[in-house]
Amino acid sequence: MTERIAVLGAGHVGPVIARIALDAGFRVTIAASDSPEKIALITQVVIPGAEARWASDAVEDADIVVLAIPLHTFVSFDPGLVAGKLVVDAMNYWPAADGVLDMFQDRRYTSSEVVQRRLTRSTVVKTLNHIGYHDLEDARRHAGSPERSAIGVAGDDLAAAKAVEEVIQRIGYDAVRLDSLSAGRLLEPGGPVFGALLRRPEFELALSVKAA
Amino acid sequence: MATQASDPIRDSEGEARKFSLVFGLDTFGDVTHDADERPLSHAQTIRNVVEEGVFAEQVGVDFFGIGEHHTDDFPMPAADVVLAAIAARTTRIRVGSAVTVLSSDDPVRVFQRYSTLNAVSNGRAEVILGRGSSIDSFPLFGYDLADYEDLFEEKVNLFAELRKGGPVTWKGRTRASLSNQDVVPHTEFGPFPAWIGVGGSPESVVRAAHYGFALMLAIIGGSPSRFAPFARLFHMALDKFGRPPLPIGVHSPGHVAETDEKAREEFWPRYLQIITRVAETRGFAIPTKESFTFEVGPRGALYVGSPETVAQKIAANLIALGANRFDLKYGMGGLSHESLMRNIELYGTQVIPRVHALLASRKEVA
Repeated sequence: MTERIAVLGAGHVGPVIARIALDAGFRVTIAASDSPEKIALITQVVIPGAEARWASDAVEDADIVVLAIPLHTFVSFDPGLVAGKLVVDAMNYWPAADGVLDMFQDRRYTSSEVVQRRLTRSTVVKTLNHIGYHDLEDARRHAGSPERSAIGVAGDDLAAAKAVEEVIQRIGYDAVRLDSLSAGRLLEPGGPVFGALLRRPEFELALSVKAA
Repeated sequence: MATQASDPIRDSEGEARKFSLVFGLDTFGDVTHDADERPLSHAQTIRNVVEEGVFAEQVGVDFFGIGEHHTDDFPMPAADVVLAAIAARTTRIRVGSAVTVLSSDDPVRVFQRYSTLNAVSNGRAEVILGRGSSIDSFPLFGYDLADYEDLFEEKVNLFAELRKGGPVTWKGRTRASLSNQDVVPHTEFGPFPAWIGVGGSPESVVRAAHYGFALMLAIIGGSPSRFAPFARLFHMALDKFGRPPLPIGVHSPGHVAETDEKAREEFWPRYLQIITRVAETRGFAIPTKESFTFEVGPRGALYVGSPETVAQKIAANLIALGANRFDLKYGMGGLSHESLMRNIELYGTQVIPRVHALLASRKEVA
């Protein structure tokens, strides 16, 4: 059972994920690329309850590490930092908005497959990437609410994907599993659910129409 | 700064702020259509923006801003030139960028253009600096998006030095170094107002406070109240850096017409079309009737409706965010120049006085 979540990244997305994880009762640490002092004020005001640490300390006792850094900085990210961890990849490869990155240009592979190949000693699950950070907080609903939206969870490792699904459900979304990081292509920019708020039936329909 | 001395409002913690209320209009130079739904030329669109800016002063608007864009839909790469034309035909309204994409510009040139605009306008010019959420200027000027954060950080740092006035010594990676360099024209009235436009990154809020720039919150979707922690963060960061309080503004899109129905009917088809077109590069969801209804409602980010509806929403959000300035981004590609002029007239003659009255009556109660 997941209890501790570390969020790496204190830009647009990281603080939102940290906040909704706190709301759901998880213990949350957060780190940016620099010292915790640099984000102490942000943490205190925008993510009250989270603990700002150095990245290596933030992940140390975490059950799940959420990667919410700009993808171009992932190119120089140290894989050793998250060795042995379950890593949630909330990043996107989106050349139209962020520019072209050679590491991700081979489109036979999804961006999360590339992330997994680089993080050889971690287990990567793709999720939390396809709802805009500004919606992620507002769109949460309790289980059973007719307005509850769905979030896709894609992973090669079933146990890891299930652990992440539980987290997604707890923070206020229905989790819809895709059975591989490769299938996670459907969650990427340009895919049928990217940027959209869809309830589970609509979400599953959008995925099946596209996959068919 | 605006000298109109009225209505200091209170922030979410009830602390009185000394800043006067300011109401502005922003445009991206959205290409308008003629009566037969044909797009006007870029040149005519630009001439119309000049007319709109001049008209804004006549109806009592405090600020007119132009946001830099480089696309066929928004042919506005040289906002300062257009602002100078407006300044030459007005005496009171403040003019400024909304925003200047500083990351792909040269801070020295930005300072020179806007200190020149201050000279032309007798000190009415200001600048809102942004990283650029639409990134067209990066490939155009040969910048790498991978340097997005570094470019902005360095250039804001240099701009802050330039803005102080006096010779500048500066070293960085993104432009040539400066050694005791006098940068002209000198400003007449000290540093001109400068803001940083923030879309959702708390780091940008802290950066604005660090360099002593005012904070402009760009709220273009979702609930405005989620920005309240950013206002608190800004005040605390200013305290931490030993800086005096600085104003907070809100920039949001909208459209004012005689009735709610008319405003929505005019705005919705254009909004759907434009957002659909930019969705791929900006990561916006394609709007639905349902999402639009939410956004124009009391909890959404769009100010579309009658003067009363829009005034109530502006007043409520200024209070919720402890902000003293509201800039309505008017116009949406495909609307007509006439409907934009009507929007400007209603905003100046009805919305602004109504928000003043709403906030004044609230103050009496408090």
